Parts: sequence; C-alpha cells; structure tokens
Amino acid sequence: MNMEDGLCLTLGLPGRNEPDTESCYKNNNNNNNNKRSQPEYNDDSIESKGSSIAKESDMDTAPAPKSQVVGWPPVRNYRRINFQAKKVETESGIYVKVSMDGAPYLRKIDLKVYKGYPELLKALENMFKLTIGYKGSEYAPTYEDKDGDWMLVGDVPWEMFIVSCKRMRIMKGSEAKGLGCNV
Amino acid sequence: MTHTFPEEVLEHVFSFLNTQHDRNTVSLVCKSWYEMERWCRKRVFIGNCYAVNPRVLIQRFPEVKSIELKGKPHFADFNLVPEGWGGYVYDWIVEMVRVYPMLEEIKLKRMVVSDECLEMIGKGFKYFRVLSLVSCDGFSTDGLAAIAANCRNLRVLDLRECEVEDLSGYWMSHFPDSFTSLECLNMACLNSEVSFSALERLVARSPNLKILRLNRAVPLEKLSTLLQLAPQLVEFGTGAYSADVSTDVYSSLVAAFSGCKDLKDLSGFWDVVPAYLPAFYSVCSRLTCLNLSYATIKCPDLTKIVSQCHNLQRLLVLDYIEDTGLNSVALTCKDLRELRVFPSDPFVADPNVLLTEEGLVSVSKGCPKLQSVLYFCRQMSNSALISIAQNRPNLTCFRLCILEPRAPDYLTFEPLDVGFGSIVENCKDLKRLSMSGLLTDRVFEYIGTHAKKLDMLSIAFAGDSDLGLHYVLSGCESLRKLEIRDCPFGDKALLANASKLETMRSLWMSSCNVSFGACKLLGQKMPDLNVEVIDERENLYSISESDPVEKLYIYRTVAGERSDMPNFVRTMGKDDMYNLS
Repeated sequence: MNMEDGLCLTLGLPGRNEPDTESCYKNNNNNNNNKRSQPEYNDDSIESKGSSIAKESDMDTAPAPKSQVVGWPPVRNYRRINFQAKKVETESGIYVKVSMDGAPYLRKIDLKVYKGYPELLKALENMFKLTIGYKGSEYAPTYEDKDGDWMLVGDVPWEMFIVSCKRMRIMKGSEAKGLGCNV
Repeated sequence: MTHTFPEEVLEHVFSFLNTQHDRNTVSLVCKSWYEMERWCRKRVFIGNCYAVNPRVLIQRFPEVKSIELKGKPHFADFNLVPEGWGGYVYDWIVEMVRVYPMLEEIKLKRMVVSDECLEMIGKGFKYFRVLSLVSCDGFSTDGLAAIAANCRNLRVLDLRECEVEDLSGYWMSHFPDSFTSLECLNMACLNSEVSFSALERLVARSPNLKILRLNRAVPLEKLSTLLQLAPQLVEFGTGAYSADVSTDVYSSLVAAFSGCKDLKDLSGFWDVVPAYLPAFYSVCSRLTCLNLSYATIKCPDLTKIVSQCHNLQRLLVLDYIEDTGLNSVALTCKDLRELRVFPSDPFVADPNVLLTEEGLVSVSKGCPKLQSVLYFCRQMSNSALISIAQNRPNLTCFRLCILEPRAPDYLTFEPLDVGFGSIVENCKDLKRLSMSGLLTDRVFEYIGTHAKKLDMLSIAFAGDSDLGLHYVLSGCESLRKLEIRDCPFGDKALLANASKLETMRSLWMSSCNVSFGACKLLGQKMPDLNVEVIDERENLYSISESDPVEKLYIYRTVAGERSDMPNFVRTMGKDDMYNLS
C-alpha cells in the first residue's frame, strides 16, 4: 500500500527515467493499487472544455489535452469556464465556421490569419475547390454579423469584418446568382 | 436563587457580545445565563446545517433575526461531492417562516436553494433585508424575481459564485418603483443580460447603494452612466471591460471613475481591452481591494496597475502577473494583507507564464502585513518555503497549490516536508493550511507538533501511512475542519482518534484507504457522529467490510441521521445495530 509506487513526476528523481509524458496529468489512477479502479474523469470539466480543446488542436501549437484528475487542481468551475472560453479567442485567433451549401460538413477558418478579403477568398476557394465571385460563378460568400443578419462579404472594411463576422456561408445556386461578390 | 444582576442589565451586557464564540461561552457559565442569552440572541451561525436541525434551533433561540447556514463540504467546490448529496435549505425556510416572521437576514453557503425557497422568503418575511448566497445552486432567475417583487425593505442581494439557471434578465424589472433601500447588489455570477434601463433606474433611485457588482453582460459603454448615477459607491464590479476603442467612451469612463471619491474596491474586468485600462488609474491609489482574477491582462499592463495601488490590502490576480509583477507588488503594496494568485491555464503541465516560487518569496519579504496567501504555481522548493516562513511569521492562512500532484522540491528533488514544517513552526498563529507537492509522513509530524492554532487543514496526494493522519488528529488541538483526498490513510488512525472527531466540525476523506467495516464500527461507537459513506459505484448495502469506501464525510451532530440522503449516501452504524450482515 505504498503510495510512492505510483509516483508520477514531471522531474524525475535521480536515477529514475521518467519522461514528461508520464506526469500525473496523464496518469491519474495508477497509484490506487488496492482500490477498485475507475477512471475518474471530470466529465463536466471535459465537456465545458470540449470546444476549447477543439480549438486548441486546430492551432497545432497547444499541448494535447491531458486526462484530468477529478477536482485537481482545485480550481472552481466558474473560473475555468468563464475564463477558458475567452482566453482561446484572444490568443489563438478568430475562428469562424464556414458552411457551403450542399457540403456534408462544415469547416473552420481563422480570420486573423488573413490580411484582407482577397486572401480570404483565395483560401475559401482552395478549401472548397471552387471559384467564388462573379465571372459566372455559382457561389457567393456571405456571413452572419453580430446582429444576426446575413451580409455579403466585402462591403465593410476588413478590420470591421473580422470582428463582426460570427460565421460564414457560401451560398450556391439561384440565391447566389446576381449577388456577385464585392471584393 | 436570586440573580446578582437583574435580567435587563445582563441582557444589556450581552448585547455587546457580537461573536458567536463569545455568546456560546457565556451560555456555558450557568443555567440562568444560558436562559438569558438564548432569549436575546439575534444572530445565529450554523457551520454545518446537518449538525442541528430547525427544531433544535427554534427551541433554543426564539428571537432570531439573522441566520447563517453552511451546507456542503468544501470539496464540493471541486466537484468531489456528487450532485444530490444534500444541503437543502428548504426545510429550514419552511420552519423559519412559521416561527420567525421578523427574520431579517439569511446567509447561505454551499446550499441548495430552490426557487420555491426564494418565493417563501419573499412572501414570508415582511422585514427581510439581507439575502446572501455564496456558492449556492438550485435556483433560477425566477426565484430572484420573487425576491425583487416581494422584499420591500431589501438592503442586500449578494450572489457570490452561485450557479443560477439563467432564464432571463427580466427579474430585475420586478423591483417596484417604490423600492429605494438597496445598499448592495452583487449579480456578478449571472450570465444573462438584464434590461439596462431597469438597472439604470434601480441605481438612480438607490441613494444608499454602496456595493454594485455587475455581470459580464453589462457593456463597458454603459458603465459611466451607472457610475455617474452612483458616485457614492464604495465597491464596484465592472462587466465586460471591452468595447471598440472610442475616445468618447474612454473619456466618459475617466470622468465617471474620478467622480467616485469613495471607491475602494474594484472587480469584474472580464475580456479586457488594454486601451481602456488607464480609465480607472485615478482610483488606484485609493483601492484597498482589487480583484483582477478574471482579467486576461498581462505584464506590463498589470504591473502598471499594481504599482499605483499603494493602499492595497487585498489582491486577487491571475498568474499573468508573473514574478516581475509580484516584485512590483512587494515594492508598492506595503499594506497588503491578502494575496491570491490563480492559474490561467491549470490543465497544462508546462508553464505558460513566468510565475514561480520567487514571486511569492518576494511578496513575503516586501509586505510586512501579509497574512493570507492562496498561490497556484508549478514549482516550489524547501528553501523558498523556509524563506517565506521566516519572512512572514504572521501568516494566518497559507494555501499553496503546486499544479502537479506530488511534485518534489524542484532544486533538490526532496519532499517538501521541511518547507511546510518551517511554515507551521514559524507561523504560530496559522489557522488555515492547504498543502501540495511531495509530502511524507514527516510533514504531518511537524504539523502535529507545531500547528496548535490550526483550524482547517487540506491535504491531497500526501503521506505514506496511517501515521500521518494520526499525527494530525492527535496533535492539532484546535483542528475543526480536515479534508483529505488521495492519501494512504486508513482505519487505524481514524479509529484510534475517534473521540477527536467529536471536537471537530467535520472530516472529509476521499480516495483514501478507509474500509467499509471501519466506518461501520466508527458509526456504532460514536453516536454523536454521522459517519456518511458516499459511494456512487456500488450498492451501499452490499459492500464488503474490507472494501475501501470511495468517499467519507464525518461530522458531529445533535440531530441524528439526516432524512434527505440520496441512495449513494449511507450513514453507518445507525441502522446496523439491527442488521448484523
């Protein structure tokens, strides 16, 4: 019943060879030798972190989310939720969903990555393998703004666009014809 | 047997006794003092709602005007207490409405409060003045509407860190136009947007409003309007501190803040846009309390702020403050009594900020009045802890959380026993201690030997054997609250110190090594303790004696086994007299 058997440290003791990945952030119950082992994942916290975890993996720079010991570290829920949601937005860019009519699933792009409309449209064209804008295109890029209205991309200055854009939709077909594109 | 003093004189003398502790003491002097005291006690504090019951309260104290109740164990804050465990205030409200129609104040912590309870409060107490709910849940904004609509004399509506079901912001519009007595409104934990015009009108007609804490949904652009309506504010919490940068908004904000000459306490600051920070600089030198623990601001903005707060006594901040910011605090905030540093990214092992043990050592050196510390960090050393202990023997509360469980001294790789030992040895008035890092039984020996004033101790992932628990239970004379998780403490220490448990408010042990059989035995031996086994994994009537329990909550009580337990909680030893299996 020696608890020391299950020690997991980020810094190894002298003579030990414990890589970082075996820290307690990943192993949470190997010390409970003589107990019924149950994975003690904090479901609430993982769900609430769900969206931010998705965003972090998009980034490719954030560390992989660790399996968490319930109630550790002792930080209250409201501190995690309130804070995490906002933090991801300020540090990792402005991610918006992009739907395309007829496509089975949506994509997400980071608006902060682009310097202006031309770059954004180029990226969308590459992502969805189509041409947007006039010249006979069937597609028009639209976005939902903070007021909930659907707007044509390109009318407002780029800086205003990226802070007011909540999501994008590439419209197709008869709805799109005639809208062209204002870029 | 005649009294030495007439009753009226004694009653008058007792009226100067304000603390629960003093009043409890005088009640023990003799029967007549007990009688006298109970008739004139107006404020009652019940630290564990299950230690007594409403009938016991009412029988003893017939003239209560103010009641404070605490429910769930502290570890409920960290999701260790399953939902449905208990802490319902309902029965209390029902009884109090019946017996205390003149009740003025209800203060609850970690209790489940339903909308129906709030309605009963609103309609049942004509002179109701103060509602304070800290870390409570179970109610919605409908319940708040009932309070707003019915409590004509309300002074205080203080909702701190509650989980409220946010149905709409319309609740605030239920305060009647004739309602002008508001002194404190803290709605920071609410999510939904309240009607701004209702809020504005409420503030405008509340000349005694001293404390106003807005929620995140109140936009920055509207702040100056509110501050101009309430320049008498002493404590203020902003909403989201962000807006498109506009010189108009900025200059109104500057003017509004400088108009508040009595402002001593600031909080809020969600979603900070740094450009707007200087707007409140004029207030900094008067601040005694600053809560930036939601603010995503970093140094140097953060340093710029604290370096102007010469009169700061309480600082709550995220670890964005880093060691450099804390050095600034050490230089500037010579009146600092309390420091809390929260982790910005608690679930990542690698440090995302340059905050180490150095920052805390620096503050301990520079701030002579520092008494209370809550510090989250990723590394600690015995030498740092020893410095802190020697710098600040006046510490009364020391809570250190090293994010990685069982992390050793990062310099020597030794356990942190000696460091924490130094804390308890030097800080003779230490009342509260939370420990973390690699700790053996030795640290508990130090604690048992030295921590004679320790009132509350929190332990996690520490110790080697029952000896550790034994040192604490046998040595800490003043211990009232002990909470333990993931430690190899078992039956021996618990059973050997059974009588100690009657001198304490409560003991929590989860993921330890206490067997079901030991719990049964303890429950049988100690009729004045409720030994609650909490176990969601198994049928509580089919666990074998030798199996360890998942969670254990032991508390002294005069009310016997409680009647509102869910099926995953069982009070051991009460029914077992008749059930020998």
